[in-house]
Amino acid sequence: MSEKRTCLYDRHVALGAKMVPFGGFEMPIQYTDITSEHQAVRGACGVFDVSHMGEVLVTGPEAERFVQYIFTNDISGAPVGKIFYGMMLHPHGGTIDDLLVYKMGEEKFFLVINAANIDKDYAWISQQAEAFDVTTENQSDYYGQLAVQGPEAEKVTEEVLGLACQELAFYTFKLIEVEGETLIVSRTGYTGEDGFEIYGSHAYIQAAWDKLIDSGRAKPCGLGCRDTLRFEVGLPLYGDELTDEISPIMAGLGMFVKLDKAEFIGKEAVAKQKAEGVAKKIIGIELEGRAIPRHGYEVVADDKVIGEVTTGYCSISTGKSVCMALVDAAYAKLDTPVQVRIHRKLQPGKVVKKRFYDKHYKQ
Amino acid sequence: MEGLYYSESHEYVRVEGEFGYVGITDYAQEQLGNVVYVDMPEEGDEVEAGSEFGAVESVKAASDLLSPVSGEVVEVNAALEDEPELINQDAFANWIIKVKLADTAELDALMDAAAYREATK
Repeated sequence: MSEKRTCLYDRHVALGAKMVPFGGFEMPIQYTDITSEHQAVRGACGVFDVSHMGEVLVTGPEAERFVQYIFTNDISGAPVGKIFYGMMLHPHGGTIDDLLVYKMGEEKFFLVINAANIDKDYAWISQQAEAFDVTTENQSDYYGQLAVQGPEAEKVTEEVLGLACQELAFYTFKLIEVEGETLIVSRTGYTGEDGFEIYGSHAYIQAAWDKLIDSGRAKPCGLGCRDTLRFEVGLPLYGDELTDEISPIMAGLGMFVKLDKAEFIGKEAVAKQKAEGVAKKIIGIELEGRAIPRHGYEVVADDKVIGEVTTGYCSISTGKSVCMALVDAAYAKLDTPVQVRIHRKLQPGKVVKKRFYDKHYKQ
Repeated sequence: MEGLYYSESHEYVRVEGEFGYVGITDYAQEQLGNVVYVDMPEEGDEVEAGSEFGAVESVKAASDLLSPVSGEVVEVNAALEDEPELINQDAFANWIIKVKLADTAELDALMDAAAYREATK
């Protein structure tokens, strides 16, 4: 299978990035090393090429009613400029994708979806849209996207890119006119730090990337540290902590599922899970030693396999070996002793909160 | 580095008398990036040429270690438990296990420095 390339591909190669396939794209996993890129985002500012993300525009008289029907969070009564995180579910409650919904107008919503799921999602959205008076448009090929992340992201975005973003609250966005096009700039990200995501044409994104790199004030950061950063603050990755089989309730993301709103796909299934409990849950585990738990490794308790690791690392910010894992719900209580099988040995640990490092968002 | 024996999977063995010091090459550590954990066998374990005896791990992935020689592990490099990054600083000085060589004829199957340089060009 041949991977697609983002509009910044040549720049990644020129910077000496190690390129790997991800979500159907050839993406930079690291430019120098994951640890220093991770620390740049925690301590100063990093820039990510996230042009692989998908974008779908939903417009029409029934746009809000339609989004409410396919999305777990409640967007009713929101002001223009607000962003919501939530999921699209299968009728059985499993997750089709997790996504952001940008309210651009009373009849206009911008959906940001995962790269690996663009085709699956757009097929689903189009199919569901047939029963509504709405138009859907897959704009994924038009938009490039940068994520500028870290405690200095606001200054860098304002001063290097000249984008006025200081007044944006967390999870809001605005449209900014530049050189004959309209950018979408939001205070969002996937790192647990303050930061912005900027959507624009390929030409704009290329020029903005060059400005950021040339300024020396934003370190180019690859998907390697994007994963370690999101993992440390307990954010899920579709494919690991959310899948077609893992519902947001199982993943501990029930706060993004609003059961008190009108009908939405999967509602009945997740309402039942909330009421009766789930068989399996995503938990956090901290190990005593330094051995590193990895995706797919077995989790053991009471001499039996109770689940498997979904994501694991030696946390760069804390130095501890930690992981998220999908396990039998009976073992999900904090401080429950569990073991992870690593290189044939069972490593002792215990259940902890999934947030291994505190977020530093600007509210 | 001259005088060492090299495997295709990028381990080296430095022979001193009846013992072999096994580690990963400078090329391997370079490819791997920051080493954050080294999984090592216990002293007294038997290793077999071509078989896994542990792993070196970067932030992102674990790479199996394959022993270039057979024999008993008489010592593990305990310094790597707390400072796995020593491998990045000097891969050839920071061996991982010391093996009592069971069969020195196994060394004939390994590459010398010139052949290894050629293989990693």
